[in-house]
Amino acid sequence: MERVPILKIGDILLVSIQIDMEDQVALQLQEDLADRIVATGCHGVIIDISALDIVDSFVGRTLATIAAISKVLDADTVVVGMRPAVAITLVELGLSLPGIRTALNVELGMEMLARERATDGEDDDEDGVEDTETPAVPTP
Amino acid sequence: MTLNADEAARFAALLEENQDALVSAWTDRVTTSLRGRLSHAELQRQTSELRRGFQQALAGTAQGISDAAAAELRAQLSELSASRARQGFSATETAVSVFAFKEAVLATLDSSGRNDATTLRDYVAFSSFVDDAALFTFDSYVRVREELIADQAEQLLELSTPVVKLWEGVVAVPLVGTLDSARAQVVMERLLQTLVDTGSPYAIIDITGVPAVDTQVAQHILKTVVAARLMGADCIISGIRPQIAQTIVALGIEFGDIATKASLADALRYVLAQTGKKGR
Repeated sequence: MERVPILKIGDILLVSIQIDMEDQVALQLQEDLADRIVATGCHGVIIDISALDIVDSFVGRTLATIAAISKVLDADTVVVGMRPAVAITLVELGLSLPGIRTALNVELGMEMLARERATDGEDDDEDGVEDTETPAVPTP
Repeated sequence: MTLNADEAARFAALLEENQDALVSAWTDRVTTSLRGRLSHAELQRQTSELRRGFQQALAGTAQGISDAAAAELRAQLSELSASRARQGFSATETAVSVFAFKEAVLATLDSSGRNDATTLRDYVAFSSFVDDAALFTFDSYVRVREELIADQAEQLLELSTPVVKLWEGVVAVPLVGTLDSARAQVVMERLLQTLVDTGSPYAIIDITGVPAVDTQVAQHILKTVVAARLMGADCIISGIRPQIAQTIVALGIEFGDIATKASLADALRYVLAQTGKKGR
């Protein structure tokens, strides 16, 4: 079975999904990610779905579960790079992916995580995450 | 009733013999029906070409307008109806241009003193041929008009949905005109694509130019906002006129936690304040 690679960049785990998200793959990713968060002690997870053509309700729910698990392990999750067509389909289906925070691309996602850590009052600036460079990022 | 070969040949000869009288009588009638919106000279050119087309078709013993011998006549009629449609003439005015030919032929027959039974039968057969030609003209007229309408609808769709960049990281969509499902779809796709292309985390949807907001329009706007949020961008709705605000409340439309502002300037100020607060 194919697996989704999990890359550690500084204080962030980057998951870039480049294959079709079958149910088994999604569940495997959920397990792997939980292990990696504990093993590395990272405080942020970025899931890049810019290569995904289809996000069905199961994948949507798995993403929400991953976000919830990460939260328990004290890591913030941001889903980045959703395609317009995917977003439109999800809206038409009435799936609004509650509990998932999103950003337009990986860069904005990293800024969002950096800001989260900064507002939490912790000083983990040594993590190599730039948090003062660009002025504008929202939280939805 | 179709023309047989003899009748066609006789009429071809008749059109040949009396060509000047026919063209002038025909042109007069068409000029009257169009009430001077095309010049006499222009019409004279058209009618004399058509007369030649009819004559050639009949000389080639065309039984009806769909025959191979009438191909050139068909092309002429299509061209005529296309130009009339583009110049804004009505369908009746276009068809009458062809029907007037029958009157002109009748007048010619009268003046040449041929009024026996054979002539009558010939004329009825010829008349049905001209009717077919006029119907063909009518069909091409409608086809051209439909093409025009389709083209214009497409142009409208293209023109009416620009996405403009207002500030670094802020794009705006000024909506103008009624928002139906097709347009809403185009607006949504274009806005979301622009968000991806420019990496702008803020979008302002300005509805100053939308004449009325009903539940359907509100639904389209809300869907766009939710889709943008799914992708990680925030939408602000601006340009809500007093009347629209009253309608929205009266209809019970809930915008929830979506920021709404009275003017585009307010929306931009709000976004800049947000970025200032969150950026550093």
